Amino acid sequence: MKILVCISQAPDTTSRIAFTDGGKTFDSTGVQYIVNPYDEWYALVRGIELKEAHGGTVTTITVGGAVCDPVIRKALAIGADDAVRVDAEPTDAMQTAELIASYAKNQAFDLILCGKETIDHNGSLVPAMVAEMLDWPFIALATHLEVEGIEASLKRESAGGTEHVKVNLPLVLSASKGMAEQRIPNMRGIMSARSKPLNVEQGEAAAMSSVRQFSLPPEKGACKIIPADQAEELIRLLREEAKAI
Amino acid sequence: MSVLAIVSLKNGQPTKGGLEAASYAAAYAQAQGVEAVALVAGPMQSDGGLGATGIVRVLHCATELSDSSQWARLADAASKECGASGVVLTHDHTGRAIGPRLAVRLQAGMVSGVTELPNAGAVRKNVFSGKAMADVEVSSNTVVYSVTPNAFGVRDGGGTAEVSAFSAEVGEARERVTGFDPASADGQTPLPEADLVVSAGRGLKGPENWGIVEDLAKALGATTACSRPVSDIGWRPHHEHVGQTGITIRPNLYIAAGISGAIQHLAGVNQSKVIVVINTDPEAPFFKAADYGIVGDAFEVLPRLTAAVKALDA
Ligand SMILES: Cc1cc2nc3c(=O)[nH]c(=O)nc-3n(C[C@H](O)[C@H](O)[C@H](O)COP(=O)(O)OP(=O)(O)OC[C@H]3O[C@@H](n4cnc5c(N)ncnc54)[C@H](O)[C@@H]3O)c2cc1C
Ligand SMILES: Nc1ncnc2c1ncn2[C@@H]1O[C@H](COP(=O)(O)O)[C@@H](O)[C@H]1O
Repeated sequence: MKILVCISQAPDTTSRIAFTDGGKTFDSTGVQYIVNPYDEWYALVRGIELKEAHGGTVTTITVGGAVCDPVIRKALAIGADDAVRVDAEPTDAMQTAELIASYAKNQAFDLILCGKETIDHNGSLVPAMVAEMLDWPFIALATHLEVEGIEASLKRESAGGTEHVKVNLPLVLSASKGMAEQRIPNMRGIMSARSKPLNVEQGEAAAMSSVRQFSLPPEKGACKIIPADQAEELIRLLREEAKAI
Repeated sequence: MSVLAIVSLKNGQPTKGGLEAASYAAAYAQAQGVEAVALVAGPMQSDGGLGATGIVRVLHCATELSDSSQWARLADAASKECGASGVVLTHDHTGRAIGPRLAVRLQAGMVSGVTELPNAGAVRKNVFSGKAMADVEVSSNTVVYSVTPNAFGVRDGGGTAEVSAFSAEVGEARERVTGFDPASADGQTPLPEADLVVSAGRGLKGPENWGIVEDLAKALGATTACSRPVSDIGWRPHHEHVGQTGITIRPNLYIAAGISGAIQHLAGVNQSKVIVVINTDPEAPFFKAADYGIVGDAFEVLPRLTAAVKALDA
């Protein structure tokens, strides 16, 4: 099985979020970058498990500059065979998807595994766009994936529960929690990652959206503390003051 | 010209998210002085209440579709038929699967998870998992927006919409749905749509103690949620996990018991309108993000709250 995993980098989940340039640019001072958790924990690990079970290869693809190389090496250390970096500044989902789709088009992949969303843009857009560009089926929010011959059996989050669905390969999916368990790279993985191929490709595509302005949510007012032995008072306040129940 | 809402149905009725998408589309259409149209697929009674949200015309495809590629084709044909300059979906599994496909077909810029109507050519959405907002501009003539559940609300203006049959060449279905496991047997509102949420963390000590959480949720008609470690160790199912790497929610009321309020947890819940925190530790970081707090033992406080809710309605 020939598997492509879409890997993006994201600011560490504990990063302080701030902006410079009058709210136009994310302030990356002191920010540690990680592999986007959905891509690493779920998409990549499931890809590697399938390769271990059925044979084949796992290639990662990242749209971004050389700053992404450390997170790409992390993905290789976890167990991907090789990596591609499309050397372009990711601007919006349409552009990123087009760069991924044009790379994937002539490579005969059976599966393209993406994360549910990036934790910085929170788009959830790239995976389905890639599927449409390739005219492949797409499963959003997949929590389970098995492959048998050319048939994939999946579970996905849907309204009020989990749907079971079957679809023939090739296939694009976005992976959500439940798909796999996080893997910590071992020493051998880290050593071998250094010599695995990281191919840099050139590419160009047009973006259709851009951020005009970032802002931070308003600060919360003070928290009203209700004594534990008057817990009933909270319910009265929720009804009469907050009008929440 | 028009704005088109893609509305999903459940048991012959628009979903809450579908009504929110319709309400958003109607308000957006009104602001531009164009017509608001909705597209539905599957069996539906009369206008399904879509007229009340401000939708004027409903394009009704009689066949149910679950395949995102078929849906995108249907929506593509519908947006051409009504000359849509904007298409609105819900930011749920439909907005994630159909919206981006449609955007590619229409060569339209898409903004997902919008929380407000466009203003001066930009539309607001949450980014950094709720830690910030971005005003996004789209450069294409046509735009596709998906609306964050519970952000915009459902309009109820009392009108009725004209329903006309609609069909298009949608190609073959490639997805075959073979089963469904409901998230909860007792018909709780799905977490992303829930108005009221009762959530608990490691402070509850073990899965056997969740009865007091479920009792309060039941008394309130709320949906239950949990912190990540609780679902990781299998005390609760994965679909209850809220936070940066779980589900992002914005209910009217979020009650958190025995949750410390780590930054990754807050990211998924800090858009809730009212936050209540119950924690034995007065220094728990969650109190900084809360509107109401009780410093106390969840094992004592939760049953008292349940009793007080029951007394309220008695
Ligand atoms: C990359 C990454 C992503 C993450 N994503 C998420 C996410 O999406 N969602 C998420 O929730 N976490 C996430 N986390 C984990 C997060 O950092 C915290 O570890 C987690 O939220 C803590 O869960 P908790 O509050 O239930 O447990 P704890 O931090 O152990 O807190 C338990 C709390 O219960 C209180 N308590 C104890 N006994 C009682 C009692 N009897 N009554 C009342 N209170 C009591 C304690 O004072 C304490 O504050 C993530 C972490 C990482 C590194
Ligand atoms: N720059 C990128 N390079 C490679 N893959 C990406 C990139 N951006 C997004 N993706 C993939 O698409 C998924 C959804 O991203 P998004 O649509 O930005 O929320 C991510 O989880 C990745 O798998």
